[in-house]
Amino acid sequence: MKPIVIVGAGPAGISAARTLLDHGVTPCLVDESLRGGGQIYRRQPANFQRSAKQLYGFDASKAEAVHRTMDELAPLIDYRPQTLVWNAEDGRLDMLNNGRAESVEYAQLIVATGATDRILPVPGWTLPGVYSLGAAQIALKYQGCAIGERVAFCGSGPLLYLVAYQYAKAGAKVVAVLDSAPFSAQCRALPALLGQPATLAKGVYYRAWLTAHGIPVHQGATLTQIDGEQRVKGIRWGEHTLDCDAVAFAHALRSETQLADLLGCEFAWNSLNRAWLPQRDSAGRSSILGVYLAGDGAGIMGADAAQMAGERAALAVLEDAGMATDHRRIAVLEQQLASIQRFRHGLETAFPFPEHWAAQAPDQLMLCRCEEVSVGEVRAVVDEGHWEINRVKAHCRVGMGRCQGRMCGLAAAEIVAERSGRGIEHVGRLRGQAPIKPLPFGVEVQP
Amino acid sequence: MALFKRLAETQRPTVAFTLDGQPATGLLGDTLLTAVLTCAEHLRGSDFSAERRAGFCLMGACQDCWVRLQDGRRVRACATLLEEGQAISRDPGRQA
Repeated sequence: MKPIVIVGAGPAGISAARTLLDHGVTPCLVDESLRGGGQIYRRQPANFQRSAKQLYGFDASKAEAVHRTMDELAPLIDYRPQTLVWNAEDGRLDMLNNGRAESVEYAQLIVATGATDRILPVPGWTLPGVYSLGAAQIALKYQGCAIGERVAFCGSGPLLYLVAYQYAKAGAKVVAVLDSAPFSAQCRALPALLGQPATLAKGVYYRAWLTAHGIPVHQGATLTQIDGEQRVKGIRWGEHTLDCDAVAFAHALRSETQLADLLGCEFAWNSLNRAWLPQRDSAGRSSILGVYLAGDGAGIMGADAAQMAGERAALAVLEDAGMATDHRRIAVLEQQLASIQRFRHGLETAFPFPEHWAAQAPDQLMLCRCEEVSVGEVRAVVDEGHWEINRVKAHCRVGMGRCQGRMCGLAAAEIVAERSGRGIEHVGRLRGQAPIKPLPFGVEVQP
Repeated sequence: MALFKRLAETQRPTVAFTLDGQPATGLLGDTLLTAVLTCAEHLRGSDFSAERRAGFCLMGACQDCWVRLQDGRRVRACATLLEEGQAISRDPGRQA
């Protein structure tokens, strides 16, 4: 019998696997990392000693619960760590496990592929010492390292204050936090944020802690330049300059939607995420029969929501197979997810997308770090009359490199929209291509 | 000079490796990225201007931390754990 396959062992995927197993169904859980947990609850290697409290702070008990569930599940299900799903088509996934090609046919599929940082490039962003906020957090949590001696945190979004706080608390020198959102935006957002008081309280705490520890927090401060030759030497914003040797920056998160795209799921513009997202119903059913979506890979809602959405999607799989499920539990999950969704609106108000970014980006700014395509080159293609993002990509290779536009694609769309005078939702969606991540030559194929 | 700074977990056993032929040491549980960037400043040269790069996302998405191993394999330094005796080499990149 073909299995139910879950792609991604973060909070959503693990929770989906748990739910299926609790109902007597043994899923196949495929994950690219060595140890499940996903990114926000990224686990340190087994020989590291730090406590969950040191690693995850207020979220220690949640992280521990996710990891415990993963450890319990691992021997009971078909768990495939270190396995990249590089292609997906009707009923089948192509995978790479330690240099070996594998494929699996699925009965139903839950796609829980998570997110990466949303990046709006700034001059100097390819210098050694510049990382995404998520990267800075992974260096600390997963490897016990800071990305430099004197680190500046820039951009916006909840991760900005959280990672700056985690660094300072771990003994790193945090030279400044630059939040592109003005304080007034965060005041405006309060009514919606009060719907999740615990999460709001954490955010306020990190911000206050940084100030209390003498770390300068600049609001309404947009990073305009990262200086350095071979590595980072300093940053600039407005009239200000500051010496530092590392920068972490991002503007919130973006969903990893390539597999949903290859599967043929219908996408729709989502103004809250300012992105094209695969459509799903409140249970996580996509437009494709048998394909379900859960967690940040289908729209950014955070780890708590991902866990609920994973469970909800698994229950939908069971419901659709005609199995008995607990309707009260389903109602509770959907209600909680709706409440988190309202909170997300508050977060977007508190950390608004910097809509002026595209107009202010200088022509020389390198937009695509793989193919080394500048903002000016993209604008030149737009000036020739092209405005559809895949068309623009064909002309100047922006987003065509080895990361497949994960780092530059959203920013490229912003440049195209601004230059062509179209709304961001009217310049199209960068299509995913298999393999969704580079494959080595000489892959062993099982007969 | 190093790019990364170790803040914790410094009591792990050491692991010897070579970086571009020169002897170096990391710690057990380091990724290749951590092992290299705690004793050097970059991982690769870019494909069109040989600009120095040192990774960016650390979660296997940006593909800007590729290094080469002795057996010819090209791996993501952020997603590969260091092993004793590994010979890591850095691609200088190309100028367009």
